[in-house]
Amino acid sequence: MARMKFLCDADRCIDCNACVTACKNENEVPWGINRRRVVTINDGKPGERSVSMACMHCTDAPCAAVCPVTCIYPTEDGIVLHSKDLCIGCGYCFYACPFGAPQYPRAGNFGSRGKMDKCTYCAGGGGAEASGSAEEFEKYGSNRFGEGKLPLCAEMCSTKSLLAGDGDIIAQIYKERVLKRGYGSGAWGWMTAYHEGIEV
Amino acid sequence: MTFLAQIRLVTCAMMLLGIVASSPAIAQKLGPDGAPNPTASVTSERTLLQQVPRVEGRIDIPDTKAAVLIQPAGRTWDYFHEVLLHWGGAIVILGMIVVLGAAYLIMGRLRVTAGRSGQKIVRFKAFERFAHWLTAVSFVILGVTGLNITFGKILLLPIVGPDAFSDISQVAKYVHNFTSFSFVAGLVFIIAIFFKDNIPEKVDLDWIKQGGGFIKNKHAPAGRFNPGEKLVYWLSLAAGVTVSISGFLLLFPFFETNIAEMQLAQVVHAVVAVLFIALILGHIYIGTLGMEGAFEAMGTGEVDLNWAKEHHDLWVARELASEGRQGRPSATPAE
Repeated sequence: MARMKFLCDADRCIDCNACVTACKNENEVPWGINRRRVVTINDGKPGERSVSMACMHCTDAPCAAVCPVTCIYPTEDGIVLHSKDLCIGCGYCFYACPFGAPQYPRAGNFGSRGKMDKCTYCAGGGGAEASGSAEEFEKYGSNRFGEGKLPLCAEMCSTKSLLAGDGDIIAQIYKERVLKRGYGSGAWGWMTAYHEGIEV
Repeated sequence: MTFLAQIRLVTCAMMLLGIVASSPAIAQKLGPDGAPNPTASVTSERTLLQQVPRVEGRIDIPDTKAAVLIQPAGRTWDYFHEVLLHWGGAIVILGMIVVLGAAYLIMGRLRVTAGRSGQKIVRFKAFERFAHWLTAVSFVILGVTGLNITFGKILLLPIVGPDAFSDISQVAKYVHNFTSFSFVAGLVFIIAIFFKDNIPEKVDLDWIKQGGGFIKNKHAPAGRFNPGEKLVYWLSLAAGVTVSISGFLLLFPFFETNIAEMQLAQVVHAVVAVLFIALILGHIYIGTLGMEGAFEAMGTGEVDLNWAKEHHDLWVARELASEGRQGRPSATPAE
């Protein structure tokens, strides 16, 4: 069974934000909300690196563990989805997430937050709505995965720094790249998300 | 050589020296093939996280908390909330209930030894009772709705199912948020009203030395409040203020706090709240089941004179003396 992961090759990312734009467009993400973002470390200094970050779909997802209403769950493919019907907007998933993936589109009174929204690996909601239906799209965004496609952020990446797909395959691609070009700053977030790094 | 030529010579020599001295560094910046080494100044994620608790960078979006790329402390907070708090909370609260049960089985309900006199004396005025009950009812509501966040999915969810539990938790969240204001108001009243009667006095040492009357069922001297009650007051003050401040931060998330501070606020709020619940369980026990004649103090405001003489003799003496001086009866016969 394929285990889906993301890998952002920080040595190729040029901070163009194509992944961010693709995600916002494909999933009709509301104003001010970013399912995916690009963070630049050491900006303007030697050793500057940019990393595109959204939900990493962790193994033993901490967001799923702390949710008081257990609305977050992993699928067979390792994708972490959640039910917006059950979510109470308490914000605990954001405290637990090492990557800041959960977003809260509604700014309510006293931090009431509204329903949590996050990267779904373009796999829709996995809930009661029919797969690929308009209701599912309105709630969770696009379901490319149901059509056998990969997330649009990785597809649109201009330098192919953001890789999405089966964890073994993209780890292999990254290893080959590092060997060929002779350098690599590592698979950012892999140790925290999947409890395994990529040794080259 | 002219002076200018000498300066030129020295400057050139210094520059040459500088180049030679920094050549290993330049060599690192160049790869073995002479081309620049792109990873010369890059720190790996592992090294970065050893130096700083979370990796932060520059972002292009207005949401400032998105600048945090990785905060591994999230998994630690998950461990605290799902393991430590669950076990700790269960042990503290259930343990307290066990201790109170044992106290009831061993000591039973503490009776008024001399029997009820039928005469009453005013112990708490109306506003004092109002402040107490405002705080008390708010506390119970806050406690139950708060415990639902931690224990609800274990205890309640299997019973009512995920949809109903989600609806209940949604309401509970709003109730918790809004009831906090009445709790804070009541807490402020209680702190202000009962402050002067809870300052430690010499008679408190005697009360403690005599075991508070729990040992050998002999009553110990006390003012308006005995050391046990004073302990409840001061601990409630500290816990109440702590839980209010941390709760306030949780009500306005990321207003002036970052992710680490939010996690800390939640930890403090949860730990102190659990201990506070245990404290109040003891307070509720002694005020209802544990002692005859205690509840009416807060219930009606008047207590039996014999109860007052046995448990708060110095206070009764002061009250009756002031009544004698003022000629106004504070002890009224039962109707």
